[in-house]
Amino acid sequence: MFFLSLSFYHLEIGKSDITNINDLIWKIFVTGLIATIGSLITRYLLVVAQYKPALINKMLIFFIYDVNTGLLIIFLTSTFIVWKKLILYQKSKSLIRFWNTFEILLLLSLLLTFANYQPFDTIFNLILGLLVLLTIILSVNLKWVAYLNFKQKWKSILLIGLIMLYIWYYFVTISDLSNRFSLSLNLSENVTFLALFIFNILYAAFSILVLLFNLPTSSVFEQKLEEVINFQKLSQATNTKQDEEQICEILLESSISAVVASGAWLEIRKNNSVEKKVLYNKISEQRKNKIESDIKNHFKDKQVTPNPIQSSRKTQLTVDLRDEEFKSALILPLFVQDREYGELCLLKDLPDGFNKEMIEIIRSFVNQASISIENYQLIQEAIENERYKEELEIAKRVQGSLLPETLEKNSDFEMIAYSKAAAEVGGDYYDTYRISEDKIALIIGDVSGKGTSAAFHMSQMKGIFQSLSLLDLSVDEFIKKANKAVGNCLDKKSLITASYYIIDTNRKSIQFSRAGHCPTLYFNHQKNETKFFETNGLGLGILRNEKFDEYVEVYELNYAPGDIIFLYTDGITEAKNSKGMEFGYERLASHLEKYTLKPLEEIRDRLVKKIYDFCETQTPEDDFTIVLIKFN
Amino acid sequence: MIEISSKLEEGIYYIHVKGEVDASSSIHLDESISQATQNHKKILIDCRELEYISSAGLGVFMSYINELEDKDIRLVIYGLSEKVKHVFQILGLDQLLTIKSTEEEAKYIVDGI
Repeated sequence: MFFLSLSFYHLEIGKSDITNINDLIWKIFVTGLIATIGSLITRYLLVVAQYKPALINKMLIFFIYDVNTGLLIIFLTSTFIVWKKLILYQKSKSLIRFWNTFEILLLLSLLLTFANYQPFDTIFNLILGLLVLLTIILSVNLKWVAYLNFKQKWKSILLIGLIMLYIWYYFVTISDLSNRFSLSLNLSENVTFLALFIFNILYAAFSILVLLFNLPTSSVFEQKLEEVINFQKLSQATNTKQDEEQICEILLESSISAVVASGAWLEIRKNNSVEKKVLYNKISEQRKNKIESDIKNHFKDKQVTPNPIQSSRKTQLTVDLRDEEFKSALILPLFVQDREYGELCLLKDLPDGFNKEMIEIIRSFVNQASISIENYQLIQEAIENERYKEELEIAKRVQGSLLPETLEKNSDFEMIAYSKAAAEVGGDYYDTYRISEDKIALIIGDVSGKGTSAAFHMSQMKGIFQSLSLLDLSVDEFIKKANKAVGNCLDKKSLITASYYIIDTNRKSIQFSRAGHCPTLYFNHQKNETKFFETNGLGLGILRNEKFDEYVEVYELNYAPGDIIFLYTDGITEAKNSKGMEFGYERLASHLEKYTLKPLEEIRDRLVKKIYDFCETQTPEDDFTIVLIKFN
Repeated sequence: MIEISSKLEEGIYYIHVKGEVDASSSIHLDESISQATQNHKKILIDCRELEYISSAGLGVFMSYINELEDKDIRLVIYGLSEKVKHVFQILGLDQLLTIKSTEEEAKYIVDGI
């Protein structure tokens, strides 16, 4: 019988995979249930045995005894295993060493029973004493208690109490049975058995005591846990795509639950008190205003700084109030990106209700919330920047595609151009159109403004130029009609400057009109002089009616071989150096004079280099464009 | 940066412009002139401290040309530096807006006739 129960013991050791405390408690309960059933069976058998003395014979008694023993050992060993799990809940090296020693000793003592030592002689006592000592050392490991919440602790107390009861009951029953019937095998004198028994009872007793004493502090532990969870919620807010208002709401809720406030509000003051938004919790707007003015008056009386509510970032404010419902208040300012963002006010219904730990917790919440809000704002800014950059890229591409790839050429002249856009998209434009075999139209223009709108106006101008040029209009007709067309396209405050030329290689003439654009620079080879043509003309879009036509002037000249026309935009003449001095017209003219005999490419390249050197930068502020025509 | 101040003196509305008028600051100039044209018929714009004006700023002036004529408002710009005056001239705005050199000349135009 004994060996049978031993084999049960080994079986139980196999069951050791559940680690959850709740499940362990359940297991304890199940064990207790088994024990109860076992107890009931033995009870019943005893009662039966008493009433029918005829049935009492040695076999029956042995049987009952063995069943009892078996059940008891099962119970003891399963409890032993559960206790082992609980003790080793938080492992450490020394703990494991102690436990292993304990188990080895226990096994040793088991072997001893076969050696048939007499009870209570020295070796018996020695081993028993050691085992008890180890039990006491091991029983101090009750860290699992802290992880249970209030309800679970009570349940555990109950169950463990019952278990202790069972153990005691069994012990009594077994010793009583064995004494009564003077059986050979007396478990109560067995070392292993005693040790197991003592171990289980001691640990159960310790557990109950510790559970009882930890009941009052379990609420604190739970609160700490909740604070950590709330803190994590706040710091995860940006990952979960919460916007600013949601972060503020989380902050408000977390703060309220952390200090168990009876009312609170969070005032959001963005853009320096222009917009105000308040989140309320268990308090109405009137009450909030009343309490706010109370606090301000409170400080007015004490003659502290005029607006203590807008306090510096390090301090918080605790105030005792004289309101019926709220007796103390805690106010903390919220700073985001070094600017004041808002204010959190928590109210409690007891005076002086905020201790140092509470204030610290709330402060850490507020800091975390401000970090989360800052992250959110920075992410939004980054997204805006991306969008803006994309827009610029598109506009740049549009602009690039509008300028002509190849310029018109003729046996009479050659033409080259250069255009460099500023860092932001600009509105410089030039284009050519071959009206007929002898006539070529040429335009250079500058759209006011920068950015995407300038690029779009430029494409409108190109459309106007291309459509009007093919009509073979005279120069002034072109300008007048262009003004009408442009007037419908542009907004009220925009304008386009342009100069329009028709080169007639048959008559060897150039006709042009200047619509508000920079004056054309002309080099006369024969006279060897450069000159600016300061003809009259309003920019396109300045006057959007017939009155514009009165200001249109046409100029005509005949060109000779070696003459050079130089078209440009104001990005060149207005280019500034570090001292604020402009490149200017004279510099341009003198540059052209110097290199009139050189090929056009060289004139162009030298001029470009000269401008960059003058500005001391490779990235000019305004776009500049050069178109050079030399007549053969 | 731009600084615009205005005052009413002897029935004339003065707008004083100091600094640079670029795309962002042209809005302030626009507001100022808009306020002036609402209630006043004699407006003088003091540009002695105007250092630079961009096309956006010129566009502001340009956008009021019709209104000035419709409401019969006399607006004179004076004190322009050579550089800035040249910009007005290239665009042709000097033929549509009244530009004078000194405050006396400007006042004379605005008060007289």
